[in-house]
Amino acid sequence: MSAKNEILRDIRRAKATVDPPAPPRAYRTTLGLDREQRLELFTDRLVDYNATVSRCTEAGIPDAIAAALNARGKQSLIVPPAIEPAWLPAGFRFIPDEALDYQVIDRSEGALTACTAAIAFTGTIILSHGKNEGRRAISLIPDYHLCLVRADQVVDTVPEGIRALSGYRTRPLTTISGPSATADIEMIRVKGVHGPRTLDVIIVG
Amino acid sequence: MSIHVGEAAEAPDFKKAAHVLLGNKQVRANVRRATETIRNKRANVVGEMPDWEDLRNSAAAIKQNVLRNLDTYLEQFEAACTKAGGKVHWARDADEANRIIIGIIQGHQQTEIIKVKTMTSDETRLNVALEAAGITPWETDLADLIIQLGHDKPSHIVVPALHKNKTEIRELFMRTMGLTELGSKPEDLAAAARQYLRERFLRVKVGFSGANFAVAETGSVCVVESEGNGRMCVTLPDVMITMLGIEKIIPSFDDLEVFLQLLPRSATGERMNPYNSIWTGVTPGDGPKEFHVILLDNGRTKVLADGESRETLHCIRCAACLNTCPVYRQTGGHAYGSIYSGPIGAILTPQLQGMEHSQSLPYASSLCGACYEVCPVKINIPEILIHLRRRIVENGDAPQTERIGMNMAAFTFADSKRLGVAQKLVQLGNKPMEAIGLPGWSAARDMPVVPKETFREWWAGGRK
Repeated sequence: MSAKNEILRDIRRAKATVDPPAPPRAYRTTLGLDREQRLELFTDRLVDYNATVSRCTEAGIPDAIAAALNARGKQSLIVPPAIEPAWLPAGFRFIPDEALDYQVIDRSEGALTACTAAIAFTGTIILSHGKNEGRRAISLIPDYHLCLVRADQVVDTVPEGIRALSGYRTRPLTTISGPSATADIEMIRVKGVHGPRTLDVIIVG
Repeated sequence: MSIHVGEAAEAPDFKKAAHVLLGNKQVRANVRRATETIRNKRANVVGEMPDWEDLRNSAAAIKQNVLRNLDTYLEQFEAACTKAGGKVHWARDADEANRIIIGIIQGHQQTEIIKVKTMTSDETRLNVALEAAGITPWETDLADLIIQLGHDKPSHIVVPALHKNKTEIRELFMRTMGLTELGSKPEDLAAAARQYLRERFLRVKVGFSGANFAVAETGSVCVVESEGNGRMCVTLPDVMITMLGIEKIIPSFDDLEVFLQLLPRSATGERMNPYNSIWTGVTPGDGPKEFHVILLDNGRTKVLADGESRETLHCIRCAACLNTCPVYRQTGGHAYGSIYSGPIGAILTPQLQGMEHSQSLPYASSLCGACYEVCPVKINIPEILIHLRRRIVENGDAPQTERIGMNMAAFTFADSKRLGVAQKLVQLGNKPMEAIGLPGWSAARDMPVVPKETFREWWAGGRK
């Protein structure tokens, strides 16, 4: 008998014979915040994780990106190849990720991406690695990640965030809550291990 | 069958191992400090959740549903994962799983892999099997790296190097990474690990992970982590292998909204851990070109068969029960002789490994109930501990004196005349008993003082 059939047989012999009740779903699915409260909470949570947050209008995106790069002393960033060109400010180099070698990405100054959704209550940004987010490697290998979050992408809670992914479930998904960190040494959360050690977030709108 | 739970089958008795560890002041101080920190962090972030009990109730019910329909969900997962370009393998036990994994790696003519922290591979002793096959496993989680470089054993489910402090880790890194200078702050140590592993992340062609959750509905796999080593391992290699216990299935994608709230707050006391990776099969142009999943039984169907303890399989490996356990906090994890330590280890190890092994573990508890209080999926660990003790007694494997004593007690309490006689005998025997004591029992306990008259005498004599 194959391993599969043997395991399934053992499960059928072993499992309960009576159906348990349907799972209750009494937990909160929203906090009922208005837009400004929600963005304030999202910002607080990001700052708590040591991320830096700024805010701009749709038209102000290039200036906000330029300001972030100047503050970090950076001249160039890797971007998804199909990223919205209107976002990119003049005076910097934006390198489209056309299947760049990992070594090249590793030597870069950082990456710029957008996101798919964000959760205020936990300070979480979710990427589904589409057109404006790029493949997973570009927001992972560099030491710096600059992420654009549209205000209308931010939801209150984790359940709302998961449900916002209904059209993206089988795409690669990454949730990011602050810069890379570890609590492995004496249970103290310290910033920065393998993922980007610096996370800047621009909230648009 | 060759079911392994790490080296639990060869491990010494809990009481013996604990005695040795209790003498190690450094380990005790490290464990106490670390568990104290994490307990406080957990209490803070759980305290801000007014719906915490609702989430626990949902999670427990979802897991009950999973176990009731496990065969259906596993087949559903296999179909969805296969459709998305993944290849699903089934392994009855540890050796079968290790053989499949080695076969995949050798099929690609590779001699090294990068690994995300996974308890399941510690369970199957994968690293030992890989090394015997000439394959080098690189552990990439900081704590696992500390364990691997120090030829040490994990002492905690989430933070396996919890028994080491930063001074010890600094010395280990300097010695094994060939560094002449290294700062002593945790940030410096993390930076050293970044440097050490970076080149391997970019070079090695095969990645390996466990999974925190696997979604039946979509065939997706979820890895919960902090450092970014997980993202590296599941993204950069050409070939990805993920092994998970069959109980890690959840029915629907939306069920993640429950577990991704419970797990980080319970495990590391964070509102959300820095990174979660969720992926489904293979995505052209992004990540590995080949994806294998190994569904591992290794004793889990045996656990499922016992209706009174099957909820052990609800466990999401958060380790909150370890951090709160008054026994674990004194002994640390090594006393349990299993990669699964603490209260959950005390019930999981003997059930997986077989009740003839790890017999002392169900007794490694004061039954205080703190573990049940903090468990995010509501596993009633104290009740299962008692149930397993009963199974040990019924199998005739309990300590000899205890078995005789309990049988005598049952005989005595079953008949009121016998009880009356026994009470008189106890009064008479009290003096000599105080002098001799009960070997193995009274060493750590006071012998109770027997009252001058029994309850019956007091009742019959006018209740003065």
